[in-house]
Amino acid sequence: MVLVFFAYFALVSIAAGVLVVALRHPVHCALALLALLLHVSGLFILLNAEFLWAVQVIVYVGAILVLYLFVLMLMNLKTDERYFHSSALYFVGPAVLGAMYVLYLILQSPFDGAKGTAPPNVVLQDGDTYAVGIKMFSDHILQFEIVGIFLLGAIIGAIVLAKTPKALDPGKERS
Amino acid sequence: MIPLSAYTAVSAVLFTTGLLGVLVRRNFIIVLMSVEMMLNAANINLVAFSHYLESMSGQLVALFVIAIAAGEAAVGLAIIIVVFRGKISTNVDEMNLLKC
Repeated sequence: MVLVFFAYFALVSIAAGVLVVALRHPVHCALALLALLLHVSGLFILLNAEFLWAVQVIVYVGAILVLYLFVLMLMNLKTDERYFHSSALYFVGPAVLGAMYVLYLILQSPFDGAKGTAPPNVVLQDGDTYAVGIKMFSDHILQFEIVGIFLLGAIIGAIVLAKTPKALDPGKERS
Repeated sequence: MIPLSAYTAVSAVLFTTGLLGVLVRRNFIIVLMSVEMMLNAANINLVAFSHYLESMSGQLVALFVIAIAAGEAAVGLAIIIVVFRGKISTNVDEMNLLKC
């Protein structure tokens, strides 16, 4: 049963990823990105990461993707005029072959390593959110604070960038 | 039980598709969407390794990656709006305002 769900989520997310790159109309690309993000969040559920699933749906689908759609509709874009550089095939062909080889190596590899301190039964005892919270506010508190500062900077930067220039003093010449 | 390499393979395919999108597409917004796709591929990897190696740190890094992606989307879209206001194009080949 898990295998069926994994195959569904994996195949649909890959198909949606291909559609994001291949579709011509930007709004259609945004909707394909929506499908991609939702199915990736399904993969998170299969990996016992319910908290990340919720964050993915709320932050990515609920906030970031809506921001993209707002900007797309604000600009009223037409379809892409230039689509594919004819010389790109010379680079893309070998790159795809190399990527296939790397994929083959990945599928061969067992990926064994030292186990950490959070086996699934311990995580499932209090839930994933509890485990993430304990870990975040004990070992990773500095990174948490840095991300907070970063988001504040990003908000201020976005507002300063997108502010309309008419707000400046009209009497003075803009330099 | 699904092997870990299946998740890494999905992640690798998504990452390559996103990279291809960044290289091939000329619309700035779709380039940003492809970057989001690559960040998502990295997230799949992080969460899968976190699950199979039984450590919570991977999920935390994935959380931070989502926060970074939110900031990147906000600033990137603000830059797009500024460029679009000045000259009516979102083609990355025509964005050479800072070129002297």
